[in-house]
Amino acid sequence: MSQLTNEQLERYSRHIILEQVGGKGQKKILSAKVLIIGTGGLGAPAAMYLAAAGVGHIGLVDFDTVDLSNLQRQIIHLTNDVGKAKTQSGRETINAMNPDVQVHAYDEQVTAANIRDIIGDLDYDFIIDGTDNFPAKFLINDACVLMRKPFSHAGIIRFQGQTMTYVPDKSPCYRCVFPKMPPKDAVPTCRQAGVLGVMGGVIGTIQATEALKFVLGIGELLTGYLLTYDALTMTFRKIKIPRNRRCNICGEQPTITELFDYEQPTCSFGR
Amino acid sequence: MKSDAFLDITDVVCPITFVKTKVALEDLDDGQILELRLNDGEPVQNVPRSLKDEGHKVLTLEDNGDGTFTLWIEKAGLS
Repeated sequence: MSQLTNEQLERYSRHIILEQVGGKGQKKILSAKVLIIGTGGLGAPAAMYLAAAGVGHIGLVDFDTVDLSNLQRQIIHLTNDVGKAKTQSGRETINAMNPDVQVHAYDEQVTAANIRDIIGDLDYDFIIDGTDNFPAKFLINDACVLMRKPFSHAGIIRFQGQTMTYVPDKSPCYRCVFPKMPPKDAVPTCRQAGVLGVMGGVIGTIQATEALKFVLGIGELLTGYLLTYDALTMTFRKIKIPRNRRCNICGEQPTITELFDYEQPTCSFGR
Repeated sequence: MKSDAFLDITDVVCPITFVKTKVALEDLDDGQILELRLNDGEPVQNVPRSLKDEGHKVLTLEDNGDGTFTLWIEKAGLS
């Protein structure tokens, strides 16, 4: 890769000074490709920190438009963006923040039919699950396991959040921990239950941290652990989770060998 | 003293002084020598120390008599 410009040396100076990063690490970040699925509570802060860090290619997947009720937590979108496609609004914020970043927008919902093409579009290095529903979370897990792509799972609700990182062959997958979809309406979405706006900031920023560490090849990833965060009691727990040898997708005798869509649970509150 | 590369950081201030030096050293092989021109004061106090912290070998420091110094650094370590 070409030499860092004087402007880049200055912009990323606090990275380059770090012994574990340096100019070489910053160049890795500048040529990295990270896909963020969902530009909401989790994806918005993740996208902004990755953009500020200089991740060269950021893919944004979202089918939705910005709603006024999003702005309490989805900080990549501004009041003037209400009504705009979220990918467009996200692109504008990132472009204004850092010209080193190229944004790739996918204005669609991930499905079994399109997720391989989206991940394969740029052969993304790392995927961030910033979605708000279980069908998408299982689909992202299954696609990443089958395509052998590392990804960061996360979820937030009320004052709670959780996150874990999957790396092929090195860690349990989401299905090792949660083998099946929860029954319909057993778990509310944040639309129904509410969420403190900062939850996405805390957890989404951890997801961005994992993406950067993976790209740099430094430190220890959140593989083999589920990190849970309770904001009310200000408690973090790092729970060790083993690989499930009988996991339906990453176990010794997988029964899931092709992608499929779970039924999207209908929400009584509407969209 | 013979050097493999030369860098002038008298036109920048902290922390870009160290940033530029660090990046210049990354382009060298272990054992190669960087000749660095730097200003008196904060740069000459801090840059050599930061380079030592990263494992490089500071060989010689020469006062150029014009408010600048020349520092010879031998690249070492993992970076």
